[in-house]
Amino acid sequence: MRNPIAVTGETALDLIRQVRGILALFGNTLWWIVVGPFKGKTAGRQSIFQQMVFAGVQSVVIVFFISLFTGIVIAMQSAYQLKQLGAVIYVAPMVSISMARELGPVFVALVVAGRVGSAIAAELGTMKVSEQIEALETIALDPVRFLVVPRFLALLIMMPCLTVMADMVGILGGLIVGVFNLQINMYRYLSFSFDLMEFKDVWTGLIKSVVFGTAISMIACYVGLDTRGGAEGVGKATTMSVVISFIMIILIDCVLTGVFFFSEM
Amino acid sequence: MEERETVIEVTDLVKKFGDRTVLNGVNLKISKGETFVIMGGSGCGKSTLLRHIIGNLKPTSGKVCLLGTDITGLEGAQLDEIRKKIGMSFQSSALFDSMTVGENVSLPLREHTVLEKNIIDIMVTMKLELVGLRGFEDLMPSEISGGMKKRVGLARAIAMDPQIIFYDEPTAGLDPIMAAVIDRLIVDLSRKLSITSVVVTHDMKSVMGIADRIAMLHEGKVLEVGTPEEIRNSANQTVRQFINGSFDGPISFFQQKDDYLEQLTG
Ligand SMILES: Nc1ncnc2c1ncn2[C@@H]1O[C@H](COP(=O)(O)OP(=O)(O)O)[C@@H](O)[C@H]1O
Ligand SMILES: [Mg+2]
Repeated sequence: MRNPIAVTGETALDLIRQVRGILALFGNTLWWIVVGPFKGKTAGRQSIFQQMVFAGVQSVVIVFFISLFTGIVIAMQSAYQLKQLGAVIYVAPMVSISMARELGPVFVALVVAGRVGSAIAAELGTMKVSEQIEALETIALDPVRFLVVPRFLALLIMMPCLTVMADMVGILGGLIVGVFNLQINMYRYLSFSFDLMEFKDVWTGLIKSVVFGTAISMIACYVGLDTRGGAEGVGKATTMSVVISFIMIILIDCVLTGVFFFSEM
Repeated sequence: MEERETVIEVTDLVKKFGDRTVLNGVNLKISKGETFVIMGGSGCGKSTLLRHIIGNLKPTSGKVCLLGTDITGLEGAQLDEIRKKIGMSFQSSALFDSMTVGENVSLPLREHTVLEKNIIDIMVTMKLELVGLRGFEDLMPSEISGGMKKRVGLARAIAMDPQIIFYDEPTAGLDPIMAAVIDRLIVDLSRKLSITSVVVTHDMKSVMGIADRIAMLHEGKVLEVGTPEEIRNSANQTVRQFINGSFDGPISFFQQKDDYLEQLTG
């Protein structure tokens, strides 16, 4: 039997090593984005585009359904409460504000971490264990510039887009409940949705989504490039990228919500 | 033989992974134009040695000079300048599986030169012609056989007209005929393009066929260096056992007993 304290200590050290690795990769990625162009070494536009299609366009359907049902559920749940206060119309801002501030960005991030982050980790992990990363280095191409930068930029651009879409679709879900179940006039519902929403509700959500996107791409790329040990290692890396991303998304959400909405207290 | 320019010089190279010493003081000198074979058993550190020579791994101690430059401490752009002058054919081919055969071969040209697309296409066709794969440009790596992958990897390695080509186990896992084809290709390339070749292998048949000189790597050290003739007549028991492929001799089947014990006892 191994000493549980030693095991915990090792796990903690490993975690610290990974966090440092992820931060170093982030620094390296920013370096290529900022300094690279001055040296004539930009990431290929074509590969950024490919990644944007994969990360963004192909996530649209899942994000659509998840946000639609989320909007419907919040509307139904809050209607039950608000009916007792005779304030059913407040279902509308309830849905729109919670989608914009919280549920839009977080659910998009969870979908992208599960769908795109895992795929990135698996792809880079496979490249690592089949010597393709080494082959890139040997033909004098930096894997960070060549593989990480396009994935990072693609997620950075697509996350806010998906989030805006999720917010809209969520409101649509709420609207369906409001109009067909609660018999609220559609125009009245929409005006309540948007009038009580502040600009801050939207931009804080979008900043969250950008930070989530950065975290997802950096975690997935780091874990992928750090893969060891054949096909089994690739499987582990894939799982690990999803697990770490999920934890980080919730953690970051917690911190940013505190910074945005509770920092004056 | 007249003294030729040294293109690779490895001095007292030591590499430890954790507390396990894989290379323990390797010394090598490889001259321009020769086909130099590094042989040794599986897991003795041949690939690790190659990775140090091309700068993909950094030594624990010791020094590596490649094409007259000390690359031991080099990183980033400076190392890349030297890497553009070498080519490497990987043990597992390492083709980029999201790209076609043609794109694999053209990648270094697209990234490192300012040539027009049609010129690059012609160069790719020429390189594929050299390895007998002209017309396969549009296939994906998953659609071709292992031997073909090795040859595409070779075409990619020579895309930038390197001064040195490294081969990691070029014939491992191939049928005897394909292995002979690859051996012939190695010899042809080094003659036609007068390239220095460094071949890592444990395939004795190909060693004797292609080598100008051979180094035997054993227990982290170079045991002996010589021409195929000298190696064949070596007095060293370990070398003899290896080239004859006999069971009995100084190389024990149980050489990794420490690891084994550790596994057993957990
Ligand atoms: N990155 C690494 N980390 C830890 N051990 C390694 C690493 N690379 C190689 N090794 C170990 O070094 C030894 C030599 O490996 P390698 O050079 O691949 O052998 P060969 O190519 O001669 O078969 C092996 O026992 C292997 O387990
Ligand atoms: Mg090897």
